[in-house]
This record gives sequence, C-alpha cells and structure tokens, in this order.
Amino acid sequence: MPFIPHTEDDIREMLAAIKADKISDLFDEIPPELLIENLDGIPEAMSEMEVVRHMRARAARDGAPLCFAGAGAYEHHIPAVVWDIATRGEFYSAYTPYQAEASQGTLQTIYEYQSMMVELTGMDVSNASLYDGASALAEASLMAVRGNRRCKSTRVLLAAGVNPVYQKVGKAIAGSQGLVFERLPLDIETGITSLETLGTEDAPVAVIIQQPSFFGTLDRIDELTDWAHEKGAIVIAITNPTSLTVLKSPAKWGREGADIVCGEGQPLGVPLSSGGPYFGFMACKQALVRQMPGRIVGRTVDLDGKKGFTLTLQAREQHIRRSKATSNICTNQGLMVTAATIYMSLLGQEGIARVAVSSQRNTVELVKALTAINGVEVAFSGPHFHEALLRFDRPVEPVLRALAARNIVGGVAIGDSVPELANTILVCATETKTSADIATYAQALAEVLAA
Amino acid sequence: MNETVIFEESRNGRRAYAQAPAAVAALDLPKEFLREVPPMLPEVSELQVVRHFTRLSQKNFSIDTHFYPLGSCTMKYNPRVCNSMAMLPGFLNRHPLGPIEQGQGFLECMFDLQEMLKKVTGMKGVSLTPMAGAQGEFAGVAMIRAYHKARGEDNRNEIIVPDAAHGTNPATATMCGCVVKEVPTDSHGDINMEALKAALGPNTAGIMLTNPSTIGVFERDILDVKKVVNEAGGLLYYDGANLNAILGKVRPGDMGFDVIHMNLHKTFSTPHGGGGPGSGAVGVNERLLPFMPLPVVGKADDNSFCWLAENDLPQSIGRLSGFMGNAGVLLRAYVYMLMLGRDGMRRVAEFATLNANYLQARLRDAGFELAFPDRRASHEFIITLKHQAKSVHVSAMDVAKALLDRGYHAPTTYFPLLVPECLLIEPTETESRETLDGFVAAMVDIAEQALTDADGVRQAPLTTPVRRLDDVLAARQLDLAWKADK
Repeated sequence: MPFIPHTEDDIREMLAAIKADKISDLFDEIPPELLIENLDGIPEAMSEMEVVRHMRARAARDGAPLCFAGAGAYEHHIPAVVWDIATRGEFYSAYTPYQAEASQGTLQTIYEYQSMMVELTGMDVSNASLYDGASALAEASLMAVRGNRRCKSTRVLLAAGVNPVYQKVGKAIAGSQGLVFERLPLDIETGITSLETLGTEDAPVAVIIQQPSFFGTLDRIDELTDWAHEKGAIVIAITNPTSLTVLKSPAKWGREGADIVCGEGQPLGVPLSSGGPYFGFMACKQALVRQMPGRIVGRTVDLDGKKGFTLTLQAREQHIRRSKATSNICTNQGLMVTAATIYMSLLGQEGIARVAVSSQRNTVELVKALTAINGVEVAFSGPHFHEALLRFDRPVEPVLRALAARNIVGGVAIGDSVPELANTILVCATETKTSADIATYAQALAEVLAA
Repeated sequence: MNETVIFEESRNGRRAYAQAPAAVAALDLPKEFLREVPPMLPEVSELQVVRHFTRLSQKNFSIDTHFYPLGSCTMKYNPRVCNSMAMLPGFLNRHPLGPIEQGQGFLECMFDLQEMLKKVTGMKGVSLTPMAGAQGEFAGVAMIRAYHKARGEDNRNEIIVPDAAHGTNPATATMCGCVVKEVPTDSHGDINMEALKAALGPNTAGIMLTNPSTIGVFERDILDVKKVVNEAGGLLYYDGANLNAILGKVRPGDMGFDVIHMNLHKTFSTPHGGGGPGSGAVGVNERLLPFMPLPVVGKADDNSFCWLAENDLPQSIGRLSGFMGNAGVLLRAYVYMLMLGRDGMRRVAEFATLNANYLQARLRDAGFELAFPDRRASHEFIITLKHQAKSVHVSAMDVAKALLDRGYHAPTTYFPLLVPECLLIEPTETESRETLDGFVAAMVDIAEQALTDADGVRQAPLTTPVRRLDDVLAARQLDLAWKADK
C-alpha cells in the first residue's frame, strides 16, 4: 500500500485494542446512506515508475521556448543552492512555526527575510509574506482603510501604471468590504500617469503607485506621493524587488515616502512555474504595524536569556481574533520565502543590482533590435526599466502564435486588458538573455512580419 | 548553539560571485529615478550561505525527521516524487502567460486534477485558483453571496459557524462583508440543532461546517442540518480541513454541501513548507457553477485545453491571484492522486481513522481523559488535561513542550477553544504502529513526571535549540528586523 506502513498483524492487533472487528466498523457513526462503496471514475493507482514516465511526457510537451515575457513574472537565473537547500526535508515538510522551540530554523529564516525586505523597501517592518503580489495589493488596500480611519472614503485610486490584473484581484477580494478601485488616466504618449486631472479628485482613502509601472515605464512617483499625502490618503507602493537595488527606495518617494510597500516576490529566486507558487511581500511604516495582515516574526529571549525567534503580534490574527482579525490569512508562503532569503544572501546587494542593470540594458538592446523592423515601434517615449511596450501595425495574436511556432515566447499581448493599447506586446529581456538570443528573436520577428 | 543572524557574518567586499551576471555598464536611466543609498544585504560566500541555512534547517522539527501529530493539519508524509515531478523543467520554466500551445502538458494535468477532485468530492465544478485554505474559504463564501445577490437577495449576509470552527471561518465571513453568528456544540460533539434553528432567518446566507468537525467526530445530524438550512434559504459550505478522514468513504456533495474548499496541502499531501504555500481548490454544485473564481481549465471542441476566463463565466466572483494560483502545488497534488488511485484514496481515510482510534484507545487505557469518550475518533481526537492542570499545575502547553524533549512534535494545543487544556491529536495514515506506541510511552512518561516532578515538566523543553521564549517581551519590545546597531 503506497505510503501506508501497516502489516496484517498491525491491523489485527490495532483493531483488537480498539475493540473493533474490522476497519469499516470505525465509520459506524456516519449515516449509512451516505457511505459510498468505491470512487467511480478515479483511475487505478500508478507506480512511481509509471507516474514518472507519465509526467515526463506531459512536461516535455511544454518544451523549452526562449522566453521574452514578463508582465508580473520574470525569468531570472536561480543559483543551484537556492532550491537544493529550500527543499531539504527540514524546511519542506515543517509546519507553520507555532511551536517556536521546534521551529527556530524557519523562524530565524523569516526574521532574516523580514530584515532584508526592510532594507530593500526602506520601510520599518515587513511581514512574513502573503500569497502573491496581486493578493498582497488587495490586503494592502484593506490595511490602508484600517490605518486611515479619519478618511470616510472607500475609494482607492490607482496610478495608470498599476497591473490591470492586480486591480481585478483587488476588486474581487476587497470589493466585498465596499472598496471601490478607480484608475487615473494614462498619458498615451509617455505611458505614465496623466497628472492633469489630479487637482479635481475627491480625497481617496489610498493611492496606489506602481514603480516600475506595468508597462516598464517610470512614473512620477514624487508628485503622486505628495499629492496623495496632501489629500490625506495612504500611499501604497507596488514595486519589483529586483529594481529596488537600483531605483529610488519607496521610503524616499516625495517628501514623506510611501506608507505601505508591496509586490510580487517571485523575481527573488522563485521559478516561473506556470504562475505559482510565488509570494507577495509587504512592508510598512512602524505606525501601521498593528494593521498589517499575515505572520510576523520577532526576536526575543528564552528562559535563560538566550536570543530566539517567535511569531509575534498574533492578536491581529484569525486564530486569536476570529471575526475581528486583520485578515483571514492563515498560512503564508513559507517555502518561497526560504528560497528568497537564500537567493538574497547569495547575490547580495551588488549581485541583485547587477541582475537589475543587466536586465535593463538587455531590454534596451531588445527594443532597439525589434523596432528596427518595419511595422514595430516603441509605444511610449521616456525611460523604461526591464520591460517595454511595442506597438505593431497589425493584430498581435497571430504574430505571437507564429513566434510560438518558432519556439519563442514573444511577450504578452496587452490589448485585452487595456483596450486603448490594442496591437501592443509587452516585452522583457532579463539578465538570462544574450545578444544572440535577442538577435534570434529579431530575426524570427522580421520573418514573421514579412511572411 | 545559536546560529548568528546572517547579517552578522557579512564582511565588506565578500561576494558569492558565481551567481551574479558580469558587471555591465551603468543603468541607462535618468538620475532622478535612482537610489542613492544601496540596501544593506549580507555579503557572504556561497559556502557560508550553504552552511548557514543547512544549520538553520537542522533546528526545525519536520515530518521528515519527527512524528508530527498536529491536529487539524494532516502532517503526513510528503512523497518526494511529487516534488521532483513538479520541478521538471517543462513545468518549472513555463511562463504563466506563455502561449497556450506550449502549455498543453501542464493544462492537461490541471484538467485531469479538476476532474478527479470533482469525483472525489461529488461536486459539479472545480476551480483550482485559490492559493490557500483561507482563500478557498473566501472564494466559497463570496460565491454564496454572489448567488443570493443574483437572485435579488442581497440582504442575506449572515454566516453561521459552530463555536468549534477554525478561526479562519469567522474571519473569512467578515472579509466577505458578512455578519457572523456562532452556534454552540452539544455535549456529545454534534451541532446544537435548537440553537441552529434559532439562528436561521430571512438574512441567512449559509452555514460553514467542517465534517468531521474540529473536535474530531462526524456530525451525525448532517442531513437534518442540510434540511433546516436549505428550508431557511441558506447554502452549506464545507470546510475541507478534515477531508482526510472521509476520503473515498463519504463525499461532501452527497452530504448536501453546495460549495467546498480542499486543503491540498493536507489531504493531498503537498508540503507545508514551514507555513505555505498551500492550495485551497474549491468545488461547487450545479447552482454555484457560474460564480467560480477564475481562471478554470476547459477543454475545447478539438480536445485541446484552454483557460476559461471572464467571457466564459461573466458572473464569476473574479480573480484571486495574479495568474492561476499555486500551479506547482497543484502538480504535486496531481502526482499524489495518481499514485494513490481509487483504492489508495479510500485507504487514506481507513488508515488515518484506524491510527486515530488506536491512539485514542491506547491513551485512554493509559489514563488520559478523552474530551468525547462516547464517540468514535475520526482521523483525530481530543484529550483534556484539565485535571492535571488543577491537581499538579501542569498545563496542556507544558505537556506539549515536554513532548518536544522526547522527540515528538506537539499536538495542536488549546484548539478547539471549547475544550479546556486540550490536545488535538492527528496521527495520519502514514505513521507506523511502533511510532504511535512510542508516542503513548512518551505521554505516560510525562504524566508520571508530572506527579513526581511537576516543576521539571513546567521547565520543558530543555533539549531544543532554545527554551521557552518570552512572547510578552517579543510583542512589547518589537524586534522585527536586524539592524547594525543592535
């Protein structure tokens, strides 16, 4: 029996200890009309050898295309150490560290993670992670409402460069508590937020600014932050953690800095893996710490005065406060955070900065190579981080399909989620791409467009 | 020995250079956007990193190293092959927004998983997107709300939960904009039917139930509960935390539940990872199909696989994640289900129940008091140490800590809240009889020590990397991040 160790003797003796005749007697409190005899439609068991063959065949079908897509998930080199260590059984098969004395490994790792995120974001405190970047934004919006009780508005304003999917997720999660998400207009020339209408806005409870923007452009973070604070709003920054080594820290945005910083942690050593598991990070100013959702680890001392780590501020959480908790979140993304902490330790500040610079330069090179082709132009003037939007002279879906047939993931079509950006593709070239890769893409695209 | 915080190992200029790309020219961006003071991350060598995190890992209890009978968490063996198959390059390197043509292998796995979960639970539709149990709960209650709203009954905003429910249940109801009404459990562990009837009314949206319940017994009146809740116009939500107890024996759909979430990290043995990632797939019956969270995997006319999105399910409660949920976790659950097969799934429930009832009987015979002595255990059960707490001043927490010294992870303590000084014990099906016997011996040993040397038990643990920690200090003098001056 796979994974079950019982021998016939065990079963007999254990039933005798229970004073039961057979295992089915143990289900005698269940109304008999509910019991089923077998699981129709579920296949027979596969051996490990069979299942390996089955899965390898499935995985092989998905190939290994050359990937130039970003849009919230980025292909970076992941050192071998990261997952070798993270999948050690002691990390992989442990539970949430409720029993602190038996969980110091996980707890100290999370404390180190929090410390690193505090450094990257410039905030005072970080939590132990949330599910992903999109749901972290929804939680940050609810947190802003709790942290801004003077404000009676339920409007949350989004800068034009916020990932459109994050807005959808925000609505699905925070909408049921009455929050309304509205988007500031996009300047179609520059790909950043148009500031023209700002003066006339009513005071929102929070303003969300994404830097670099979903389109890879760099928004006017200082003006937006100051305007939001003048209106009495909480400023939520969405950032890419790779970029934080080189781009202005959210703590320095405008005169006072952002109040809450969140985003997608995937670039820090987590594989693309078809969309998850990733992890959302969240950090904030000290004044908001008691409004923060999710686990938080603190350092304290034990009975002998020795330093140790424990979950803290649990009075915020669902298992203590139940219906009055800051969130229903229970688990975080512990294993992904373990990987990210190892990744950040290996690369250090300079290593991640090199990843950031290299990705930005590669994207500049990619844009140059692709826009040299007739019918392709860069959609937005102005500087970009490691993504750029390209405008085509034709519908892009057939172009992307033709590239896929040549084993290239050419980017992400944006027209479906932002209608005014029809015929555009968001492209990204991280540090994993060489000049030869970029030339391969350019040549394939030229052929596809000429065909 | 304390492992230093990795920042303290940092030395200016030390690098693990093999992992970073070669230095390139400066960033091609205007200065106004740039950071002036770089963040301070550790500067350490590759070997230092390997040693540091290997040593940290060794400070953990885990399933791979210890018996972990944590009630309501289903800490069973996580088969290694599930991990290695989920990390095959074709799955691991696939971009979530990559072309559908280059995702057919992955999508077919997801489609098959949806189909299997439907059959195992007796539901009509499954969405895999919720990223944890609590998010699955959110999706479930949001669907119940959306259903009522679509019928013009937006007033139905009351969610009933038993007093023994997980904290996530009432917290979820609040997140969905609902009002929580608690109903008590009777002395035999079933829901109090009179109190339930009194709580129902024209504003009832539904009831959230775990069955077997969090006190480790099967809710015998489940069909009556369904009847009265449905008559009041409410729907039934099944919290799948304890699905391991009934896998392949009883299906939530047959019990009359309208919506369920499954903790794939419990029943389907994906790793807990030190607190996540989990996965909280949801199943629905016919009337909630239009409201499922997005995306869902569909099968096109040409038998290829595709994502169903907003255009396909316009009444959906929407998206809960940036892409499609915890894909890698779902792959692990899929591999596990393939290896169990139809008979293996039934054996999960049978042997989880056998182990729990055996351990319950052995502990009872050894003198421990059961919270619900006249009931069968499901896959877990509760003992109460209220007499020891009174007579020798040894609490459930003391016993939990003393177990750590004897090489066993502690059971769940002080949950459910209605049983004083309780330990909720869930052995799972993957543990051998010898392990269970060893655990009983440890419990007996602690009980004996409590009589002769109660203070010794209160001092436990002594063998772990740290002794009991000062939680009050931790909350009062917050030290949440390392700083150079500390």
